[in-house]
Amino acid sequence: MEFFVVQFLTGLASAASLFLVASGLSIIFGVTRIVNFAHGAFYMLGAYVAYTLTERFEGFFGFWGGILLAALVVAAIGALLEIVLLRRIYRAPELFQLLATFGVTLMVQDLVVMIWGPEDLVGPRAPGLRGAVDILGLAVPTYDLFLIVLGPLVLGALWILFHRTRWGVLVRAATQDRDMVAALGVNQTWLFTSVFALGIFLAGLGGALQIPRNAVTHLMDLSIIVEVFVVVVIGGLGSVLGAFIAAVLVSELNAFGILVFPKISIVLVFLVMACVLIVRPWGLLGRPEGPARQPAGLSIRPWHPMSPNQRLLMLALVVVAGFVPLVAGNYVLTVLAEIAVFALFAASLHFLMTVGGLASFGHAAYFGLGAYGAAFATTMFGAPMVASLLLGPLLGVAGAILFGWFCVRLSGVYFAMLTLAFAQIAWSIAFQWVEVTGGDNGILGVWPASWASSPAAFYWLALAVSVAGIAALRVLVFSPFGYALRATRDSALRSEAIGIDRARVQWAAFIIAGTFAGIAGALFAFLKGSVFPDNLAIPMSVDGLVMVLLGGIETVSGAVVGAVVYKALAIWLVSQTDLSKLVLGAVIVLLVVAFPKGIVGFAEDLMARRRARTDDGGAALAAPAKAAPAAPGSGAAPIAAPKMEAAR
Amino acid sequence: MKLEIHKLNSYYGPAHILFDVDISVGTGEVVALLGRNGAGKSTTFRSIVGLVARREGRIVFDGEDITNRPTHEIVRRGLGYVPEDRRIFTELTVEENLMVGAQPARDGAPCWTPEKLYTLFPNLGEMRGRLGGRMSGGEQQMLTIARTLMGNPSLVLLDEPSEGLAPKIVEEMANAILAMKNEGLSIVLSEQNLHFARLISDRAYIIESGRIRFGGTIRELEESPEIRDAYLAV
Repeated sequence: MEFFVVQFLTGLASAASLFLVASGLSIIFGVTRIVNFAHGAFYMLGAYVAYTLTERFEGFFGFWGGILLAALVVAAIGALLEIVLLRRIYRAPELFQLLATFGVTLMVQDLVVMIWGPEDLVGPRAPGLRGAVDILGLAVPTYDLFLIVLGPLVLGALWILFHRTRWGVLVRAATQDRDMVAALGVNQTWLFTSVFALGIFLAGLGGALQIPRNAVTHLMDLSIIVEVFVVVVIGGLGSVLGAFIAAVLVSELNAFGILVFPKISIVLVFLVMACVLIVRPWGLLGRPEGPARQPAGLSIRPWHPMSPNQRLLMLALVVVAGFVPLVAGNYVLTVLAEIAVFALFAASLHFLMTVGGLASFGHAAYFGLGAYGAAFATTMFGAPMVASLLLGPLLGVAGAILFGWFCVRLSGVYFAMLTLAFAQIAWSIAFQWVEVTGGDNGILGVWPASWASSPAAFYWLALAVSVAGIAALRVLVFSPFGYALRATRDSALRSEAIGIDRARVQWAAFIIAGTFAGIAGALFAFLKGSVFPDNLAIPMSVDGLVMVLLGGIETVSGAVVGAVVYKALAIWLVSQTDLSKLVLGAVIVLLVVAFPKGIVGFAEDLMARRRARTDDGGAALAAPAKAAPAAPGSGAAPIAAPKMEAAR
Repeated sequence: MKLEIHKLNSYYGPAHILFDVDISVGTGEVVALLGRNGAGKSTTFRSIVGLVARREGRIVFDGEDITNRPTHEIVRRGLGYVPEDRRIFTELTVEENLMVGAQPARDGAPCWTPEKLYTLFPNLGEMRGRLGGRMSGGEQQMLTIARTLMGNPSLVLLDEPSEGLAPKIVEEMANAILAMKNEGLSIVLSEQNLHFARLISDRAYIIESGRIRFGGTIRELEESPEIRDAYLAV
């Protein structure tokens, strides 16, 4: 009994930091709609800066001053980031900001090691709170009790800030409708910056307060960011009280899960999150989001199937790619095969995200399941490679059928988070079910058949499968199914009103995307000769997202370009520099700023503009931005009819 | 002139919505912008306050060119905007909604306080602590106007203030708008309902398919039934 009480208190103490970080994320998302992937990085920076400051300035004031100063320093860095980077891309497609903050995360990871070294650092203990208090005969650290009290205090302070100050009321108003707030004369620019700084302050404070309890490591950003996402989603996005309740819930689950269900301790939190989202899709204290207010006319460029010339060009490109083995060495061919595999993976996610409007944060689950499927078929049943390549993806399909059924009941960020939860569940099974999956050791010996064992042969195989898969996905975009799917994306309500079964169409899209991801995963297993839990872990899902966003989310096939660029760059950088993450992160950030519509989106803009110029303004219909009719009133009656809804 | 709009063209992406719109409003005037659904009334208003991404032409307010200023700056110069769809902050109370709109008092414009607005819209005074989302359509319409008035504007753009309201509330609304006019406010209101516009306006413009088709006094409009039939009859 006593033990349980102490365990409970430990959980509460952990909840304090988690709550601070999560409330910061929640507040930032509420107003700016940015899913701040860099939130964990700022938490980590808070801890490192606090370590340096408290080592430097000792004593009572040195320590507490150092903690507070660290949070302020980190908040200032956050504000700078918002001013320099995020302000430029608020109008970019949704989730693009996620890509930018992901780039920042990568940079911070390398910078932290550069500045503070790779070793774990142990900070000083808190002056005045060093000892332990005797509770029911067991010693509870005084610092833990301090944190337990701190959590509700911060909660109260935030409540007063948001309900008793004009700034807080403005923030709450902007959370609901930021354009309207601007239309009432409020300068959003500084409102956003101050909100972002507050959120980052809370993250930095959460990190700084950890140093007397835990060592400071350069991996602590990733370990917390996922947990924070879970907390925010369970609590309800934008709800500070919800974040508090969820932080306590998650921390207690962690504290007791390890005792009660040691076998599934990792997955427990995600199971709870999945349950909460299925019962209350918008979190415990969140509110159902209204349909997103589309910024009218942001980018309306109708999609077209390829023209015969474009098809010929694509065919020529594929033929050229087919001749590469004549000139390239084995290493290059292996790299190219990997790129081909990832192009298919990215294209499958792109289909779900762009055509279906469903951004999955856990698409690696189906890639990884496909890989495990192929590995099981080969090693357990001794199936030949071709059979394994056909059977393996079925595991991915099964996963997509099961998980997809739940996921398509949600939309937006909640959909993304539920996919993340399911991917984590799949990952934990692969990680913890050692008897079947080999756990962390993975499954080795998944080698291709002899005819495909040479790098050139495997490259051709990967190229053929990938090209066929991408072509099939593209055909689907312009099929009746593709139109129905796009209708559900553009307006769930209106598509249902014309008789489209939204959930079923989206579920089908989910399964299709999972199928092609599974095929890519099966190929990947044979490429590497092994499978590991990493294949379905979060970084793999994030890689997929980065490729899609980099290519351009509003394009038909941007993901392929994004995959080629990102994968080639990542592999090349690792071979060139020890600071590959720093460089890669910086490149991503630069690309985000330079090409807010992605690489392909940018190219399309460029071409449309050039075409408009050569057509001399005659074809105002197809041309974007600058191509409006030069002589007003002449010709080109507005194509207002279909757009009237948006126009009003 | 209080507000002068010269050759305004607006676009949503590739779609050209407004064509050479010219409108002028004198100080203390109430001007109606009439037109059918989808004629371009809301787009005109949204373009004036800078909520349409791409627009060309010249918009002069109080002698200053505001064409390329950001929305919040335009509003802070005293040009208030009441959107058609009301856009009440449903999670905020009546008092908090008013607080969001508050701006410092300015010369040459009536100065509003919550108390003064509660006299103008007595219903609001009785529900200061109520959440915006728990109000009826008519109450929300009053709140959205009151919220904009808290910015102490010298000119207000009212987008279809009578839309979807019960006849009795429409009458209250007309009285409130006349009271605003008596305070010295310049007003532009968009309407499909000619009767409502006639009650309160000095002059009127008719817009159709993004072009101004008529501009003149209410009397001139009443004397030309062929214009009414061509552009306003349903």
